[in-house]
Amino acid sequence: MGTLNLSKEIVAEARKYAEQIAKDTQVFINRHTTVTVERTVCRLLGIDGVDELGVPFPNILVDQISKHGDLGIGVSNYLASTLKHTSLSMNEIVKLVSEEKLNITKYPLLCKREVTETLQKYIDESLFKINSNKSKRKNIFDKFGVKDGPLLYVIVATGNIFEDVVQAKAAAKAGADIVAVIRTTGQSLLDFVPYGATTEGFGGTYATQENFKIMRLALDEVGEELERYIMLVNYASGLCMPEIAAMGAIERLDMMLNDSLYGILFRDINMQRTFIDQYFSRVINAYAGIIINTGEDNYLTTSDAITEAHTVLASQFINEQFALLANMKEELQGLGHAFEIDPDVENGFLYEIAQAQMAREVFPKAPLKYMPPTKHMTGNIFKGYAQNTLFNIVTKATNQRIHLLGMLTEAVHTPFMSDRFLAIDNANYINKTMKNFGDEIEFKRDGIIHRRAEKVLNDATNLLKEISNIGIFSTIEKGMFAGIKRAIDGGKGLKGVSIKHELYTNPVIDQMIIELEEAK
Amino acid sequence: MGYDLNEKKYSKELDLKHLKPYGDTMNDGKVQISFTLPIENDEKGEEAAKTLARKMGIIDPLVAERITLDNSFTMYVVYGGVNHSLDYTSITVETVETDILNKYEIESFIDDNFDNNIIVIGASTGTDAHTVGIDAIMNMKGFAGHYGLERYRNIDAFNLGSQVENAVLIKKAVNLNADVLLISQTVTQKNVHIDNLVNFVELLEAEGLRDRFIIIVGGPRITHELAKELGYDAGFGPKKFAEDVASFFVQELAKRKKE
Repeated sequence: MGTLNLSKEIVAEARKYAEQIAKDTQVFINRHTTVTVERTVCRLLGIDGVDELGVPFPNILVDQISKHGDLGIGVSNYLASTLKHTSLSMNEIVKLVSEEKLNITKYPLLCKREVTETLQKYIDESLFKINSNKSKRKNIFDKFGVKDGPLLYVIVATGNIFEDVVQAKAAAKAGADIVAVIRTTGQSLLDFVPYGATTEGFGGTYATQENFKIMRLALDEVGEELERYIMLVNYASGLCMPEIAAMGAIERLDMMLNDSLYGILFRDINMQRTFIDQYFSRVINAYAGIIINTGEDNYLTTSDAITEAHTVLASQFINEQFALLANMKEELQGLGHAFEIDPDVENGFLYEIAQAQMAREVFPKAPLKYMPPTKHMTGNIFKGYAQNTLFNIVTKATNQRIHLLGMLTEAVHTPFMSDRFLAIDNANYINKTMKNFGDEIEFKRDGIIHRRAEKVLNDATNLLKEISNIGIFSTIEKGMFAGIKRAIDGGKGLKGVSIKHELYTNPVIDQMIIELEEAK
Repeated sequence: MGYDLNEKKYSKELDLKHLKPYGDTMNDGKVQISFTLPIENDEKGEEAAKTLARKMGIIDPLVAERITLDNSFTMYVVYGGVNHSLDYTSITVETVETDILNKYEIESFIDDNFDNNIIVIGASTGTDAHTVGIDAIMNMKGFAGHYGLERYRNIDAFNLGSQVENAVLIKKAVNLNADVLLISQTVTQKNVHIDNLVNFVELLEAEGLRDRFIIIVGGPRITHELAKELGYDAGFGPKKFAEDVASFFVQELAKRKKE
């Protein structure tokens, strides 16, 4: 498509401010750990399962440390010291702690090198599993090929994992490339991950490792039949962000919603907690080759899609830098944006084209995640279908990658099988009939589209400059994103944050980072 | 499909006592429906769809299209004339009956009738994480050009956001000495919103606080009638804005003040 000729200098300037913002925040992140970060370490050392009351073993271990030891020392050192000073195996340690017969905080602590050496075999085992998943995914893609153009993304949300399987398979057969299993409302606020297969929930069912496994198997089966790789999505977000990332890495998920800003603004999760959690989760996703999806599109559900479009771009710049600091390459950064301009706005379609094309040009390598209209969908399903068609046209013409399909019944209910079919049918129609449309058109110099993109970019750059002066925490406190204000010590989960002790070490993340840097 | 060449023998007069759907001729009863059956897409399936349509009261159903969704799921688009009619004159519905004022009229109404600002607390309660509805009514910016309650000069609006426990909302309402409580319920899967809404009223009654506040519920699946049934003072569904809600509660508060 004809380019918007955005000023390279302004794009570089915006990126420089975003880098400053992310680096300043990273200083804070590096000094802290959290309960879920430590539970993630447990999971990546192979600790899984629950006691008879359903409390996950990682929670039992970390709770013991919070109670009797110092979370700032980290679970790795306590576990390594217990392994070293007793003849117990890892499984025996977990069992005895859950029976309250062992206190892992009472053994002499080790130096960092000794911790790593003691835990090395457990780390190797987990990372081997994650790497095998990575090669398995690559092999299937190599066998069936990677589709060009927008990847059709649908959700299933029956609230029962087995019913979700039926819906997901039908969606794949109808042409979906990506299936997201929606979580139950409220899971983001649980400070533990439920266990086992689940058949309940509201607006979705729980993200559990067993559910991941069940859906992965189903999508592999149907993918084999269709000779396509069907990608699986869940949510590494909320209070268990990195734990869910680890579970996804182990069960070969392909995409994860993963964005602290979303949790802070829309779920009232404490900002300190979730920035720390996000870092580890992004390292895991980067290591496992999992594409993240960020949540900027949601800003436009509470803010105006025209006046606040620059906040979306600014946030994408920041998310890009946070991802890069976690050693995540651009190809895994599914930055989010959305088609949410009021249908009554004159030339609204032109502005949508401008904003989508701008995102495409600013982040050329990123598999951008483009969201359909939701805010202005009504019970008039016939008009809704037309709105979705226009959205599909912009998606195709501006070559977005992760194409969330709009449902004609968006404002009515969670999708019926037929709603999803009609959405896929619509997108396939547009993608075929407009296959090379994008290559054929150019933008008029100084036309409406061109000027709109320029304005949004300039506004975003000014906003980033302001944020780089005051920092991300104050920015959120002032309500500069989505018009929602959150306090630095407000929200859920702050209790689970600790300052790292000088003996703190996390050999799992260290190993991942070493390998990621070597691969660069 | 083509033209309908059948002779139309029925009366073409509008009869409100025997009301029927309108396609292109009075009393033709024409409706369009679509549904999915968990069966294969073949002639037998088409007959099944017609049989179901007849059971719904549709005479001469036409399956305009049958579409394969999966090996054993087929969607049908059906047209036909319904044989039922209804007596429109006997229908009554409960709606919010106060006058709808605009923002400035509401502000002067408050000036004229009350000594203090009106205190309004809003929340999306229970497990509901959606704030779109309550934000549209309460936030400064409002929705679709209709300013939210925060922008009203003499309304103090507190938006508690999402996933607020019923008990927390009540405590906050007492602490802030609220006049009006707005509850938003978006997630409606398996009627979870109904249980939560009933629980809220029960809690208020148990604490003897029911009469202290005007309680209003809003959401895409809420009607005024449902709200009254559940023990609320009013309910607002889609296409209702801050001024609709505020018009109701200022006039209701004034009425209660006089009583």
